[in-house]
Amino acid sequence: MKRQVPFLITLVAGIFCLIGFFVPHPAVRTFYDEIQQWVIVVVGATYVLGVANLLRINLQQVSTRARDWPYKIVLLIGMLAMMAVGFTNGEHYLDSNSGFTWMYNTFYSPMTATMFSLLAFFIASAAFRAFRIRTFEALLLAIAAFILMIGRVPIGNAIHPAIPAAADWLMEIPQNAAKRGILIGAAIGVMATGIRLILGMERTYGGGGGGS
Amino acid sequence: MSAFSGLRRLDRRWIFLAVALLVVVPLALGVHIAPVAPTARARGFYDAIERVPAGSTVLLSGDYDPGTIAENYPMHLAAARQLMRRNIKIVGLALYPGGPPLTDQVLSIAGAEYGKKEGIDYVNLGYKAGNELVMSQMGSSIPRTFPVDRRGVPVSQIPVMRGIQNYANFPLLVNISAGYPGTKEWVQQVVSRYHLPMVAGVTAVSAPEYYPYLQAGQLKGLLGGMAGGAEYEVLVGKPALATRGMDAQSLAHIFIALMIILGNLAFLGEDKERRR
Amino acid sequence: MHLSPLPGVWIAALLTLGIYSFLYRDNPAYKFCEHLFVGISAGYWVVLTYFGTIKPNLVDPLAGGRLLLVIPLILSLFLFSRFFPKGDWLSRWPIAMVLGVYPALRITGFARGDLVQQVNGSILPFWVAGNPVASINNILLVVGLLATLVFFFFSTEHKGTIGGIAKVGIYFLMVSFGASYGYTVMARVSLLIGRVMFLLDNWLGVVRF
Repeated sequence: MKRQVPFLITLVAGIFCLIGFFVPHPAVRTFYDEIQQWVIVVVGATYVLGVANLLRINLQQVSTRARDWPYKIVLLIGMLAMMAVGFTNGEHYLDSNSGFTWMYNTFYSPMTATMFSLLAFFIASAAFRAFRIRTFEALLLAIAAFILMIGRVPIGNAIHPAIPAAADWLMEIPQNAAKRGILIGAAIGVMATGIRLILGMERTYGGGGGGS
Repeated sequence: MSAFSGLRRLDRRWIFLAVALLVVVPLALGVHIAPVAPTARARGFYDAIERVPAGSTVLLSGDYDPGTIAENYPMHLAAARQLMRRNIKIVGLALYPGGPPLTDQVLSIAGAEYGKKEGIDYVNLGYKAGNELVMSQMGSSIPRTFPVDRRGVPVSQIPVMRGIQNYANFPLLVNISAGYPGTKEWVQQVVSRYHLPMVAGVTAVSAPEYYPYLQAGQLKGLLGGMAGGAEYEVLVGKPALATRGMDAQSLAHIFIALMIILGNLAFLGEDKERRR
Repeated sequence: MHLSPLPGVWIAALLTLGIYSFLYRDNPAYKFCEHLFVGISAGYWVVLTYFGTIKPNLVDPLAGGRLLLVIPLILSLFLFSRFFPKGDWLSRWPIAMVLGVYPALRITGFARGDLVQQVNGSILPFWVAGNPVASINNILLVVGLLATLVFFFFSTEHKGTIGGIAKVGIYFLMVSFGASYGYTVMARVSLLIGRVMFLLDNWLGVVRF
């Protein structure tokens, strides 16, 4: 029961969504739409579950005085403050003059942007320390990278118009061909895996482990 | 040989400092190296919007968050400006949780410039969990998927949403995307199934994988990264953040190319020393 | 220089510099910012999810009489059974539903968008009258695609002719990876440019963008 019911749910939901794609009859489409609306709600609930888990783990770490536990208090305060302000603002939480929007513009947006911008420094450092041209294939990669890096910025055109033209050709022909090959290969893989999942051949999520 | 061993021992923090200076100094001093020249891909994006009849309603999906704001926000704002300048109504949404406030900013800034009103000329439907499931359900019913806008107002009471049922009511989809869910999912779920013409402005990291869609005609135009955003700003006639950033971008790219060469010279030196 | 008078801008700038302090070395300021970032993000996601999805797509329609929505409500509550060791098997039911719906969507999406239409886009003329460049480009596109697909076919050993074609595929892939690397460099640098613009304009008022 504990293993069979999930597989049955997956099978019914998956088959109905596949059939609903091809059969526009209301009898099929009604359930097709309904089940997808349900899953939108369930996916939303999974995000709440993730945050609830984060809350549980960090509360545990604070209570057991785990490593860096004072910072966990900062985490919890940030989380609860954001939620308190958001729920207090209610439906006007995204208004330009709301407390929630102020917290978004003051904390969430700048910190998210800054975290991602750290990568600029590391890519420069990695270019020096890790980009080794030891083979012909690596040389091809490096040449393509150079042409793109110079060709896609204005200085490339200022040096010579052939550089951006070369960059464009590189992107539209050889790069395109390889990416298309990857796309087609991945599409076949996704379709095969999807069918296996729906038919219950991938059992890892069911707790049983191992496919057939 | 000591120069190479010195290079190999270089503390990476000097590289960090160099990158910082190469970005800060040109921006602070307003250094201008070269003008931005629009490419055919940016022109395709621009022309696709120019072909939309005035008075139509276009779907503008801002699927990004502050993590890629420098790349996506300028193209999002430029797209809203071009649409509003042409008196095209906008139905905006975001499939990233961090997206709705950015969509709001874009629509209100462009709306103020062109005298457009929220609810009448544009609407922000906000965020919906579900990724490509939301795209699929919008094909059946947009009001059912988004019963209210980001202010909590029922869509049935919003003038710009009158008559909007599904994708058949839009002549164009403009997608600004940072990754998943984004352009790929829109192409797979919407363009392929409902044949809705689409243009995409994407981050530079993801741009290479969308060239096959462009070549196959699934995308009518493609903006890649800040460079693509700068080209589009020039076409729209309002050079802004992306255009201003391209000079610092040029210098940083040359520096990183030099770092690759220097790093390999240092390695070559190490190889020679080891053989001796 | 016109320093910003807004406390929000100062807080944002100091948090930005706190995160950048990691570039020198890990330190308490960075740890503080990192944990605050995680907490704020988590709180933000809950509020967005509630007002964006749960309230309009579950709470309000359920209160309005759409009783069938009791099913997703129960399934969503089952998710939280993961916190109770004896009852965590219930959480597999909503996950099973998600794992049925998404693959189905992806099968049809990938089949049409990535397989059929990409193959369609690859059927190109090898001879374009009056345009030898387009002809060569089309040949290269098709040859590159086929060579890449041969490289990814691992059911046969890459020896002899197959090995030679796979090698050509590798060359095309290396060019594509180099192009991706170039674009990735552009992406990362752009994000830094965005932050520097904020510091120079919004915070310090050194320049207007």
